[in-house]
Amino acid sequence: MRQLLILSLSVLALAACEREDREYRANPVTSETEEKIALSPLSAGPSGPTEQRSGLGQQYEENAYHIAQGKRLYIWFNCNGCHAHGGGDSGPPLLDDRWIYGGQIENIVQTIREGRPNGMPSFRGKVPDDQIWQIAAYVRSMGRNVPKPAAPGRNDDMHPGPAEQRRPPGEVMDGGQIPPAAQMPQ
Amino acid sequence: MGGARLALGLTLSLILQPALPIFAQPTPPQPAAPPFVTGPEDGQWVIPQKNFANTRYSDLSEINTETVKNLQVAFTFSTGVNRGQESAPLVVGSTMYVLSPYPNILYALDLTQPGAPMKWQYNPKPAAAAQGVACCDVVNRGPTFANGRIYFTTLDAHVVAVNADTGEEVWKTKLGDINRGETMTMAPLIVRDKVFVGISGGEYGVRGWIEALNAEDGKSVWKAYNTGPDQDVKIGPTFKPFYDSDKGKDLGVTTWPADAWQQGGGTVWGWLSYDPDLNLLYHGTGNPGPWNPNQRPGDNKWTAGIFARDADTGEARWFYQTSPHDLHDWDNVNEMILLDMEWDGQPRKVMVHPGRTGFVYVIDRTNGEVLSAKPFHALTSVTGVDLKTGRLQTNPEKEPVNNRVIRDICPTAPGAKDWNPSAFSHKTGLLYIPHMNMCMDWESVEPNYIAGTPYIGAEVRMMPGPGGHMGEFTAWDIREGKELWTINERFPLWSGALATAGDVVFYGTMDGWFKAVHARSGEVLWQFKVDSGIIGQPTTYRGPDGKQYVAILSGVGGWAGSIVSADLDPRDGTAAKGFVNAMRELKNVTTKGGTLYVFKLP
Ligand code: HEC
Repeated sequence: MRQLLILSLSVLALAACEREDREYRANPVTSETEEKIALSPLSAGPSGPTEQRSGLGQQYEENAYHIAQGKRLYIWFNCNGCHAHGGGDSGPPLLDDRWIYGGQIENIVQTIREGRPNGMPSFRGKVPDDQIWQIAAYVRSMGRNVPKPAAPGRNDDMHPGPAEQRRPPGEVMDGGQIPPAAQMPQ
Repeated sequence: MGGARLALGLTLSLILQPALPIFAQPTPPQPAAPPFVTGPEDGQWVIPQKNFANTRYSDLSEINTETVKNLQVAFTFSTGVNRGQESAPLVVGSTMYVLSPYPNILYALDLTQPGAPMKWQYNPKPAAAAQGVACCDVVNRGPTFANGRIYFTTLDAHVVAVNADTGEEVWKTKLGDINRGETMTMAPLIVRDKVFVGISGGEYGVRGWIEALNAEDGKSVWKAYNTGPDQDVKIGPTFKPFYDSDKGKDLGVTTWPADAWQQGGGTVWGWLSYDPDLNLLYHGTGNPGPWNPNQRPGDNKWTAGIFARDADTGEARWFYQTSPHDLHDWDNVNEMILLDMEWDGQPRKVMVHPGRTGFVYVIDRTNGEVLSAKPFHALTSVTGVDLKTGRLQTNPEKEPVNNRVIRDICPTAPGAKDWNPSAFSHKTGLLYIPHMNMCMDWESVEPNYIAGTPYIGAEVRMMPGPGGHMGEFTAWDIREGKELWTINERFPLWSGALATAGDVVFYGTMDGWFKAVHARSGEVLWQFKVDSGIIGQPTTYRGPDGKQYVAILSGVGGWAGSIVSADLDPRDGTAAKGFVNAMRELKNVTTKGGTLYVFKLP
């Protein structure tokens, strides 16, 4: 029993090393990562859509430092004004499992960069690329779509609900949910 | 605690507080509607306010305390939009006009035909991106009829004039930029040849203004800002405010930290009134930006107050600030009902204003003097209004401190009462106020101004007020400054009120009940469950068949109901600027909608 405990503690410690990993040379504002992703699970031809991920997304969302930075930047760039702490306001909720434009980190990076037609502003050129990835990683942590040890453990401000770390692991549904904004005629 | 309060609220809701007997007309008499709105009833409802005095009273009486129990559905109509329906159905001649929330589609219905079929629809096609900068659902508060045209605003800050017969666009003019967070939600007011409209966006650091357009072609006649130098505010030699705190040069600049007035709010999105005898236009000004008051030391003129302006030139005549250096988002946009009443033995022309601050103000509308300010809501953060200085008295313990959660602040950010208008019965002389009973926790945080994104700087969590219910419908004795009776409702009241000569008063609830109550006793005489919660404005009219009808839009939403209309996540109490914390249960009792209901007697 004790051995098991020691083993799991050391595994945790190892994991913790990685979760704190920082990269000191961030991408300059001008450069932009280009992941090959699809917004639809449907594709022309019998095989699924062609996607190519560099693995960058995983690096960000398994890293507590990036997610913590993302949490700070989420407030700094006023995301909370439109999405609250994930529950939503003029923008849709981000802590649930329903995604209009896809809930993978690459989709979220795209959403932040390009904006979305029903009122999501484009942040291209306003937020450096690596910070967009950090914010996207934090958004992923809201519904606990990141590993538990990497998710933020407490709030600095008013507690709207349990900390991200204490939320049950989430599951992401495919994109294409009808946004409330699109539920209208014409 | 919230749960216990809510449970208590369930048992208390719908229970009538004991009605006080109405005494035989004591002296002095009850206030009265001014002569310019007491002409013969034409049976129409051509502007949301019903008339320039904003009384929302109809002289029709076929539906009365005896007959109302037989009301039944005459026809219904879907607006096709499932967002909050705050608009008022209008009736001009034998046509009804219904305006949807974004995308702001205007429908004309033919009342001469069975089932009131659609005559035409007009779609202004507003920019979809405007939805992102709509603070509190994508609502619109109604179209307005004048000069053979329907005028209304669109969410992407355009004003349009449409031929009322044909539905053809006469003109359409752009007045704001959504990239700066500017939108429009209010109902315009038309006086003779001028259309008065204002800008929304007090949560986005918009610099508020009101503008007069030529009704003929939409060209600007005058425009007055509510922050900045006197020249922009249209303050000149004829400006004679009643209180000293409003006297001085360029207060719209000097009562702010350097340049903060440029993002200072003071938007105009509420109800306008007009006194034709004085030729004065009355409009409120919204909250200062950002919400966090610690960012803007000073009185923050001319936000959170009331302006009287010359309707022809826009020159300011007087101003009264209901919330100087506003602490809690207390826009002053609520209706100003113009009445004549006796005060200390003298006849006075007054305006009555149930404010977000929690007081019903009686103000001399010729000069801006506050005659009385009496509370109609549980208060912890304010204690009264000093009638010598006109100044709101606040409780220092409830004042925001950066990064500290201050608890149990009443009233809340939407105020004791938000935009949803009261009605004044010309017959009973009473005011019928649909309002809230809520408190909140508030934490001020430092905001960043980024154009086109929110500029708030506050974390908020709302909850039910004392008693556990969140809504109240109150009959108010203006002269005495006290309530006569109150009906408690489980959810906040976000619908307007309608008073009629049949001594029946109408309002709707967010859980979907449309109610008719006795104007004198508050007894619920009739109620009907509609398909979604009600946040609209009831209106009444005489149809082409000579019968009286009552109309209301159902479709929950607005700031209070966006948990349902925008499908917000109840796990985050700060969602919808803290309203979701109090409204979690709403998802279990109603769903989205967008339906016109019209009722008549058999
Ligand atoms: C001005 C308000 C506003 C701001 C500021 C804003 N958003 Fe949005 N956001 C929206 C709206 C509105 C939508 C829905 C767009 C649509 O349906 O086309 C949206 C959509 C999104 C989505 C897609 C959700 C889905 O279901 O696919 C994500 C992710 C998102 N926003 C994240 C952010 C982040 C991160 C920030 C800060 C960098 C941010 N938003 C800032 C209004 C805003």
